[in-house]
Amino acid sequence: MELTTTWYLVLGAIIFAIGASGLMIRRNPLVMFMCVELMLNAVNLTFVAFGRELDDLGGQVSVFFVLVVAAAEVVIGLAIIVAIMRHRSGATADDLSVLRG
Amino acid sequence: MFFAQVAPDSIVTPDIAWTALVPHLVLAGGAILMLMVWSLAGRWLPRWLPSMVTAAVGLGAAIGSIHLWRRVTDADRGPFSAVADSVGIDGFSVFLTVVISLTVVFAALLADGYLRRERLDGPEYHVLLLLSAAGGVTMATANDLIVLFLGLEILSLAVYVLAGYHNRRAQSQEAAIKYFVLGAFSSAFLLYGIALTYGATGSTNLVDINAYLRSTVLVDDGLLLAGFALLLVGLGFKVSAVPFHTWTPDVYQGSPTPVVAFMASGVKAAGFAALLRVFVVTFGTYADDWKPILYALAVATLLVGAILAVVQNDVKRMLAYSSISHAGFMLIGVHAASADGTASVLYYLAVYSVLVIGSFAVVGVVSGTGDGATTVGDFAGLGARRPWLAFAFTVFLLAQAGVPLTTGFFAKFYAITAAVDGRSWALAIVAMLSAVIAAYLYLRIMIAMWLEGSDDDAPIRVPVGTVVVLGVAAAFTIGFGIFPEPIVDLARDATPALVNSP
Repeated sequence: MELTTTWYLVLGAIIFAIGASGLMIRRNPLVMFMCVELMLNAVNLTFVAFGRELDDLGGQVSVFFVLVVAAAEVVIGLAIIVAIMRHRSGATADDLSVLRG
Repeated sequence: MFFAQVAPDSIVTPDIAWTALVPHLVLAGGAILMLMVWSLAGRWLPRWLPSMVTAAVGLGAAIGSIHLWRRVTDADRGPFSAVADSVGIDGFSVFLTVVISLTVVFAALLADGYLRRERLDGPEYHVLLLLSAAGGVTMATANDLIVLFLGLEILSLAVYVLAGYHNRRAQSQEAAIKYFVLGAFSSAFLLYGIALTYGATGSTNLVDINAYLRSTVLVDDGLLLAGFALLLVGLGFKVSAVPFHTWTPDVYQGSPTPVVAFMASGVKAAGFAALLRVFVVTFGTYADDWKPILYALAVATLLVGAILAVVQNDVKRMLAYSSISHAGFMLIGVHAASADGTASVLYYLAVYSVLVIGSFAVVGVVSGTGDGATTVGDFAGLGARRPWLAFAFTVFLLAQAGVPLTTGFFAKFYAITAAVDGRSWALAIVAMLSAVIAAYLYLRIMIAMWLEGSDDDAPIRVPVGTVVVLGVAAAFTIGFGIFPEPIVDLARDATPALVNSP
């Protein structure tokens, strides 16, 4: 059986869905960040698959941009987490509920 | 040899038209220069200097856009693209560049007094503000979906940090993490939408996508429509359209007030820039497919924003929900998918930015040290304690309600006109209904300010920067409310265009 582009696209969609549902279900901020990474990398897979299918370099080049953005996003996210943990250690997303109306 | 396929001399670096990038370079360069100067010599520099420098840089970016405006409105030269077609300079992008640059000026002036009162002063706030604006300008001028995404991330990453800038306030940190998680979530959706659009059309360049969609009839357009939907989710988050609005009240309530002023003006302007350019301009041929979704979004945003605003007790939350309902009015202009609709959104963005910055300027000084006193009760008796402050707030609230002789009236008028011209009668009626409901909320704040007494006689200090912002914003609101033509004409001339270099 030959693996066509569709397989990769479906795999990308599944990973994206796992990341998205994980972000909504899990309560540990670090795991939530990992889920965001999962979503972004699923998109990377999609980009590469399309790039191959279309025989276009643009898809692969886009991946580099996404990788840089993902790295920057993690840096910011971890910094925010560290700032929060200084005040309350072991906080989960449910503990962050001062703001409501 | 595998590597021998690509000869070294075949890599062509693009010509970069530096003059087209003046606003980007001024904002980003200003930020980096400031960071360098203050980390080397910060302790010898006065504390008021960062906000002055930031305001000057923002003003510089706006002034640097004037030559671009002359060029794109000149009949002989017109819009053009730069940096290997990744940046498109047209009236639309220049107009929004100026709006975003000016919001930076206001946000920097507001921050001066706020940061000193909260003992948070330092150049970092201003550096992040400038970087975020550089991202916003990149979004407004993007001619390529990947560049659009990069601009969005530069904008957002800086604002995530700004939301948590008040490091001793738990609410501020909570706002930062909420904004970050939901922002990253929506960025991933946007990116997936870009990937699917790329797969369906074979390019990320907006001009190429548009040309492809015009020339080709897709037999199976499922991929493209899925891409539309995901792009709409991602951008809907950024402009806080219902049902992607849940972060807005929490983040607005928790973030430092000057940051909220920038979020509600500059960030929103960049979000709508992307929404207009991608959907109205690039996917214009598929308007029949995305218009119904945008219709539903607009109706939901108008009604939910106005109704939930009324039941709040915190002024910052009220203004957050009211900003959602204002986003609904702008979505009407996007839904119209016409030149008048686009002009109405641009006009709305320009005047609403001023209104919301003025409103949050007042909230920022009334909230007092600690930035916590923001309930309606804290505004009671403001008319007696600080008549001019209360007067300025009244002007902004009346304008937000859409009272004639203010800029807000014409903003709503043009949005509804765009809906009527597009024969969306129901949408126009919903918009007027939303305006009526929201008027109650503005009146509630005004009644608290002018008619209710207060035994709180703690002095309210209004810093010089805030006085300047309030004066300029109030003069703008009343002045251009009576003579609206200049801004309307500018918004009409700011037409979007799709061009690649020949």
